[in-house]
Amino acid sequence: LQDRNGQISTLVIPSSKQQVCVNFSFNTFASFLAFVSFLLFCVSGATGSGSPFIHEVRKDEDIYSPILRKLFNESHHIFVGLQTIREDLPSKNKKPQFVSISKNYRSVIRACMEELQQVAVSTKNAEMSVHPLIRSVLLQVSILLAIELIWNLCEVLFIDAAPAGSLLLHLLDWVRLHKADVDEKARDVLQSDSPAEHRDYWDVVISLCCAGGELCAPGGTQTLTEFDVKWRHWHEEVDRCLQDNSFASNQHLEVLCKILLGDEDTLLEHKDLLGTWYHFLVSRLLFCHPTVKPTELHYYAQSCMTMFLDSRSAPEPLDSILLAAFEFDIHQVIKDCSIALNNWWFVAHLTDLLDHCKLLQSHNLHFGSNLREFLLLEYASGLFTHHSLWQLAVDYFDHCLEFGRVYLELQIERVPLDTERKALKVLRICEQRQMSEQVRSICKIMAMRALRNNRLGSALSWSIRAKDAAFATLISERFLQDYCAKGTFSDLDLIDNLGPAMLLSDRLTFLGKYREFHKLYGEKRFKEAAKLLLSLMTAKIAPRSFWMTLLTDALPLLEQKEVIFSADQTYELMFCLEELTSSLNTPSSDSDKSMQEEDVELTKVELLRLALSRNLAMAIVKEGTVET
Amino acid sequence: MENINAKYVSQKISKTRWCPVSYSSLQQPEVFATGSWDNEDNKVSIWSIGNHNNSGLEDGFEGDPQILCEHKHGGDVLDLQFLDQERMVSASSTGAVTIFRYHPNTHTISVLQHWARAHSYPCDNAPCTALVCSSPEIVTVGEDGRIVVFRADQEGAVRVIGEMRTRMLPPHKESSLKLSVVFVRECRQQHNSRGDLPKDHGGFDGDRAPLHCVDRHPNQQHIVATGGQDGMLCVWDVRQGGTPISLMEAHSAEMWEVRFHPTNPDHLFTCSEDGSLLHWETASHSEMPSFLQGGRNSSVISHGALTPAGGNRPLSSAWLCGDSGKGCLETTHMLPSQTMSVNSLDIIGQCLVCGTDGEAIFVNRHVPV
Repeated sequence: LQDRNGQISTLVIPSSKQQVCVNFSFNTFASFLAFVSFLLFCVSGATGSGSPFIHEVRKDEDIYSPILRKLFNESHHIFVGLQTIREDLPSKNKKPQFVSISKNYRSVIRACMEELQQVAVSTKNAEMSVHPLIRSVLLQVSILLAIELIWNLCEVLFIDAAPAGSLLLHLLDWVRLHKADVDEKARDVLQSDSPAEHRDYWDVVISLCCAGGELCAPGGTQTLTEFDVKWRHWHEEVDRCLQDNSFASNQHLEVLCKILLGDEDTLLEHKDLLGTWYHFLVSRLLFCHPTVKPTELHYYAQSCMTMFLDSRSAPEPLDSILLAAFEFDIHQVIKDCSIALNNWWFVAHLTDLLDHCKLLQSHNLHFGSNLREFLLLEYASGLFTHHSLWQLAVDYFDHCLEFGRVYLELQIERVPLDTERKALKVLRICEQRQMSEQVRSICKIMAMRALRNNRLGSALSWSIRAKDAAFATLISERFLQDYCAKGTFSDLDLIDNLGPAMLLSDRLTFLGKYREFHKLYGEKRFKEAAKLLLSLMTAKIAPRSFWMTLLTDALPLLEQKEVIFSADQTYELMFCLEELTSSLNTPSSDSDKSMQEEDVELTKVELLRLALSRNLAMAIVKEGTVET
Repeated sequence: MENINAKYVSQKISKTRWCPVSYSSLQQPEVFATGSWDNEDNKVSIWSIGNHNNSGLEDGFEGDPQILCEHKHGGDVLDLQFLDQERMVSASSTGAVTIFRYHPNTHTISVLQHWARAHSYPCDNAPCTALVCSSPEIVTVGEDGRIVVFRADQEGAVRVIGEMRTRMLPPHKESSLKLSVVFVRECRQQHNSRGDLPKDHGGFDGDRAPLHCVDRHPNQQHIVATGGQDGMLCVWDVRQGGTPISLMEAHSAEMWEVRFHPTNPDHLFTCSEDGSLLHWETASHSEMPSFLQGGRNSSVISHGALTPAGGNRPLSSAWLCGDSGKGCLETTHMLPSQTMSVNSLDIIGQCLVCGTDGEAIFVNRHVPV
């Protein structure tokens, strides 16, 4: 296997009977194909050792999970809604809309997470705790938690773009949302008989302090400077209390005091209560710099992170993503997320939203188009491989202006068309976007299938829909051959009601007109039938091979008591007959015709000649007669 | 509009049907069945929107459909009908027809009967596109162009009717053929005569788009509404044949289902590939004062054809008023915003259920009828 950088890696495909789930992620469809062909090569080469097993290679295992499917569907709905926000509104009106859309996305993630957690709980209750399903479900839950955390932070920092005062408030909310256990503990403590004696009491108090409250942070009514002044007063007073040793009697109160002053060491002593470095960061900001400006965040973030995670060698991916967010480096966030997660869902939707907020500078990538489009295309291509979610992908392609259409054209033809109903839906998608080539190819597939099952009418209607003249000609030929063989038409209703579609191909027109002739004959409108029949031959609509049949059809008209063909018409008929027989009598005509067939042909011709002459005679007499 | 709930179900829904309620009880329906399509493992599922005594289920808000049970189904569910309150029949894209039984006590579904190759080509599977049942008989049509009659308790097919060579589409005690509007009526009145079906070549012209759905007026059997590939809603009077009585531009894409309201046939519902579900209402001939009919968004009703109070309902229905849309018809969108294709709908009483390709089910329990 050679990947894009030219590195060759050996891949050992296990040949055991266990089902092994191998997780790959491919950058392009081409490399995936390369892998598949390699796989087939291996399988075919291993015929010596018993029957080889084909391993089903599945891209993007996530999209097959039923609960995650809801995520994809709901976010698709939100995505489409986002695209239709009008561009002409001024940006200050649009910001609340974007924030609410961001909240929608997050609530979808949360709903999914909760459902997964319930599945985990219920499976655990059913005493299957070592079931591998649990592990994968819990993994999913933690991934979704991380995603929601990152998204929330991005919403606070980028989309909502809170200014200095309310920034802290939002950050406090953010942290509080992800630290649910404080509330539980608090509830426990409060419900006990004497809360103050509870062993967790001081922990809870400290946690609640660190989580902050609306009083501690700048509110809406006061300006930043006012708040700053007030806060400094309060801070000095607390400091003075500490220096005065007024809390010296109670160790807990002293600790609390130190925390309220934002003493780093004390805070770090309670690492377990804080849990994460970003909680530490927010608490520290709360107590030391409540009026922090967005641009200053990253100093504190970096320092807090290093203080908190002292012994760890390298930060986890989540930590570096959050740090990049604090540094307002959107591209780094997206890049890190793309690498860390195995599904494009998150980065595609987030980037799209940020792009709508006009936060991404367009910079072109190797693959052409901008970052947003690239991610959306990757995500949608992944969706297209799913047997069911491909319909969602269509909308995503629609909103990728540069390459979306091309991708769609290539992918839509690969959708397997099991039933006519599905084919109709796919066709509707193509027709709405004027993809006439794809329409033609899909219709041809369906028509061929119908043809194979001898459903000529169906095949014809498909080729009419595709406006495929060549195929329509082919099918009309089959119809005519059927008629010659059986003497009746199949699918009469279809041919009768062709309407303007008849003009699609010459052969089809002939078929339609020929059927009309039969109808006229059936309705006993002989004169019109005769005229039609003649015009079919003289206007050269009828193929030469069919003339014999037409002339044979004319026989009953000629044999009628009443003269139907006029003299001129009879002359024309005779001319046609002569033309036909002269071509038939050429010595190069196929000699593999049996004697019987030749006899039949000759008899027919003779009968025709006789009938024509008799008709001519009667016609001349009739036309020469003067009406008295 | 605020009464509509969306429920995401992780499968594209091709058919939704209310479980029939006995007409003696004036209950609203509470249980519905759905069939999925385009999945690797398709399913037939039963849902409930009633109030749950079972607290173990998720706490959705009132009216949120909860799944009761489901059963695997081979192939896409192309049609689903209830035989009676417990049994339902499904038509599959593999050409199979299956009768399922729903056990409300244990919340399970079991297969009662399965005809695997009800419709087939010589070398392929032919999807069974639609079916209609009037217990105990089931009539199915398929892409192979045949009409097959089954009885619920018998093994084999009772009768195979005719070789309709063009593709067959959904029947509702009548069938329509693609690219021509030929109605095939069965002699249902005489149970014995199983002769050839009379074909009614109405010579219908003017309308060349393939039809996808058809429904008959519940009381006045000569009125038929059809919808087709071009999204036009046509109302026909079968006695007169020929051209449709009225042609209305309903949707911008294929119309998948059209339904008359079973007890209040002045109302008609259509759903379409373009993601909308429309509620059509003719000017009613009842004595209900006009102010009670107001409060919806859409075109204005003009009560052109009011009957005298207390009186003589004319034999012709409001649907045959012949005016395409302007005169006596009002349309309402039933779904909040453009969704993906709405594949199916069903209505009983005031409850409407529909399923979409966006893998969502919408239930509205307070449809104004």
